[in-house]
Amino acid sequence: MKIIKHSFDGVIVGAGGAGLRAAIEAAPHMKLAVITKLYPTRSHTGAAQGGMSAALANVEEDNWNWHAFDTVKGSDYLADQPAVDILCKEAIDAVIELEHWGLPFSRLENGKIAQRRFGGHTVKEGEAPAFRACYAADRTGHMILQTLYQKCVSMGVEFFDEFQVLDIKIEDGVCKGVIAFELSTGDIHIFETRAVTFATGGFGKIFKVSSNAHSLTGDGPGILYQKGIPLEDMEFYQFHPTGIYRLGILLSEAARGEGGILRNKDGERFMERYAPSIKDLAPRDMVSRAIATEISKGNGAGPQNDYVYLDLTHLGAETINKKLPDITDFVRTYVKIEPINEPIPVQPTAHYAMGGIPTDVNGRVLSDEKNTILPGVYAAGEAACVSVHGANRLGTNSLLDIMVFGKRAGQSMLEYVSKTKASSISDSSSDDLVKKINNLIEKEHTDEFSVGRIRNDLQESMEKNTKIFRTEETLSEQTKILEDLRERYENVTIFDKGKVFNTELMETIELDYLLDMSESTVASALARKESRGAHSRQDFPERDDAEWMKHSFAFKNGNSATLRYKDVELGKYEPMERTY
Amino acid sequence: MDIDLKILRYDPESDRKGHWEYYTVEADPEERILDLLHKIKWFEDGTLSFRRSCAHGVCGSDAMVINGENMLACQVLVKEVSNPITIEPIRGLPVVKDLIVDMDPFFDSYKKIMPYLINENEPGERERLQSPEDRDKIEDTTKCILCAACTTSCPVFWTADSYIGPAAIVNAHRFIYDSRDEGSKQRLEILKDVNGAFRCRTAFNCTSACPRGIQVTKAIEDVKRETLLNN
Ligand SMILES: Cc1cc2nc3c(=O)[nH]c(=O)nc-3n(C[C@H](O)[C@H](O)[C@H](O)COP(=O)(O)OP(=O)(O)OC[C@H]3O[C@@H](n4cnc5c(N)ncnc54)[C@H](O)[C@@H]3O)c2cc1C
Ligand code: SF4
Ligand code: FES
Repeated sequence: MKIIKHSFDGVIVGAGGAGLRAAIEAAPHMKLAVITKLYPTRSHTGAAQGGMSAALANVEEDNWNWHAFDTVKGSDYLADQPAVDILCKEAIDAVIELEHWGLPFSRLENGKIAQRRFGGHTVKEGEAPAFRACYAADRTGHMILQTLYQKCVSMGVEFFDEFQVLDIKIEDGVCKGVIAFELSTGDIHIFETRAVTFATGGFGKIFKVSSNAHSLTGDGPGILYQKGIPLEDMEFYQFHPTGIYRLGILLSEAARGEGGILRNKDGERFMERYAPSIKDLAPRDMVSRAIATEISKGNGAGPQNDYVYLDLTHLGAETINKKLPDITDFVRTYVKIEPINEPIPVQPTAHYAMGGIPTDVNGRVLSDEKNTILPGVYAAGEAACVSVHGANRLGTNSLLDIMVFGKRAGQSMLEYVSKTKASSISDSSSDDLVKKINNLIEKEHTDEFSVGRIRNDLQESMEKNTKIFRTEETLSEQTKILEDLRERYENVTIFDKGKVFNTELMETIELDYLLDMSESTVASALARKESRGAHSRQDFPERDDAEWMKHSFAFKNGNSATLRYKDVELGKYEPMERTY
Repeated sequence: MDIDLKILRYDPESDRKGHWEYYTVEADPEERILDLLHKIKWFEDGTLSFRRSCAHGVCGSDAMVINGENMLACQVLVKEVSNPITIEPIRGLPVVKDLIVDMDPFFDSYKKIMPYLINENEPGERERLQSPEDRDKIEDTTKCILCAACTTSCPVFWTADSYIGPAAIVNAHRFIYDSRDEGSKQRLEILKDVNGAFRCRTAFNCTSACPRGIQVTKAIEDVKRETLLNN
């Protein structure tokens, strides 16, 4: 394998919405590289469906303070309120900017950007559902990703496509560069740089049933976690209520925004009992728990009573074809039913990581719970935790997050690069990685220690023990399973010994991150003895503000995590009971 | 049930040319072809290489030739294809390994048509207005996920890889018909070239190959017409 060295002012790892938005900000003013393991347009931002919220008030009266109120309440008061204010205030410009760059939003009759309703978004602090989500049919993320990539093409941004970053070099607490593996050749590339932004997306692949892509394996958080950087709020993982039964493919909340209804096996609209005022448009954590409760009470449909129905049949063909064309096509393709005439079998699906790499509101990575800044290292998007989503993210706020905080991370890189001098990285900095790869290649392959089997066992056990409802017992059980899986991973072997597109080798390294994500999630969940947002402990069913209004910081400690805590930054919204 | 697969393999480090390999896997009729490829890779033969990410037809990674036709492996179910299933890489782009082809020539063609909004006017503080009718004109072509299924199903492209190809023309269409764009003249100039839209012989392969259901041939015809009007 060859070792090739490059020198850049800044490097962005990841070309989804967050990475591309950061690149647009930074590229004109520095020598910048964007490194991505997928071609940019294949990033999972392209899978986002329903919309991106901003109080444009195109349909009805709205203002960003109401958006902030909803976001804080939706977060179960764990979001940092000053950060939420930034998110909601800058949302308006973020949408307009995308339109100016060419994003083909759906339009109202008067030519303005169309807006629709979405879970947890209300007018006047809870009065009624709000028309706040800007959308392009049900392929908003696709259009955002395409538009940002197009903008980057027009600017001549330099991409390293199908290069997988596997390591960061930090010396004396300062960033020196990253090391990447070129998929098509197996060569190692050392990128000397003083500023790196991680925008590697989520890690839904720790679960079996997920809306996430195969490539979402927590690489950025994993790389930093292994270097001693903590991960924030890992116990908060969002399960979206409406994944296609068994497959987990997402059916956007937009389906309910447009009037879709959830029903149990008797056809009852059960959300009326759980959230009397906004019903099917309650936030995701509540709806997912309601579905799980219906199923456990025997009200689920199907031979195993293990799903509920998403009913769109009353919406009519025109609304469905115009506003929800893609998701109804998924149903036709994968379930072979016609959603215009028949209700769709759904179950909650692992969807979104609220937790991740801790950052401040400028994308600067924090190396501890005391807000110590790690110079030259930034993070944005789903890989990061600002925190604006707290214990439960509202729909449409992630596309917003990647735009607002992607831009801010790009600005921070610029600022840092303009006031620091280039520093050099040694040629031997890839030695550890080369050794690790050679070890993996040289070990003889055995079936028992194959990456496929270990990952399968990981996903099935995480699904069983840590999904919607958790207890001391299930979490302790999972801790033991993880120890076992870690031991098997130490002996992992691979079949493919080649250099060119050795995707098995990459999957093996990704599995290491999946184990890290699982270990930190379970340790954080076991420690938090309360229920808040997406973290629901049946043995501690109440929210406990006196004890737990704080963010967790998990530091890697062998195969487990040491936990420390940081107080939530409050603001004008006083914590209150979360009813809808 | 047992499914038989016949896969065209190529390893640049040991093969001089490709060879067929045969596998049998247990599968439900509801499973995706991609799931079968994963079963082979994860539990039988880790060397089998292919691209994939989203697994539900939105990222465009896994276009391949399945029983002779271009499809996304994640969008086709076992029960929709006849057994045995033959799988080959898409045609007309250099094969790098197994089902993975070199996509650079494809993305280079895409970049040639200036795939970004061109409008020099100051847009102001709010959104530009666009009527729903104008927005509808680009509904079809904005759906493209750059999977290359169309371009690599085109007989003209197979014989002349200098042809810019259907996907690039679809993306040109997306901007030419956008009421906010002012770069049509430049794009049509590029598409007038010998390797541009007029190379199309309306074989319609591209339209049947497109996993997003885009009317690719119609888009090419629209662009040809605009090119003539522009003259
Ligand atoms: C099905 C679905 C629907 C959704 N719908 C909505 C919605 O309607 N509204 C909303 O607000 N949110 C939605 N979300 C959430 C939102 O889409 C994501 O949280 C967001 O797009 C994440 O963007 P990102 O830029 O952080 O990451 P991604 O878009 O996932 O990009 C990650 C990038 O990192 C790269 N990468 C990863 N690891 C490495 C590595 N080791 N080396 C190099 N590159 C690497 C990848 O190649 C990729 O380019 C949805 C999510 C899903 C799954
Ligand atoms: S037009 Fe269709 S087939 Fe061609 S690249 Fe786009 S999505 Fe793929
Ligand atoms: S894996 Fe994304 S389109 Fe098939």
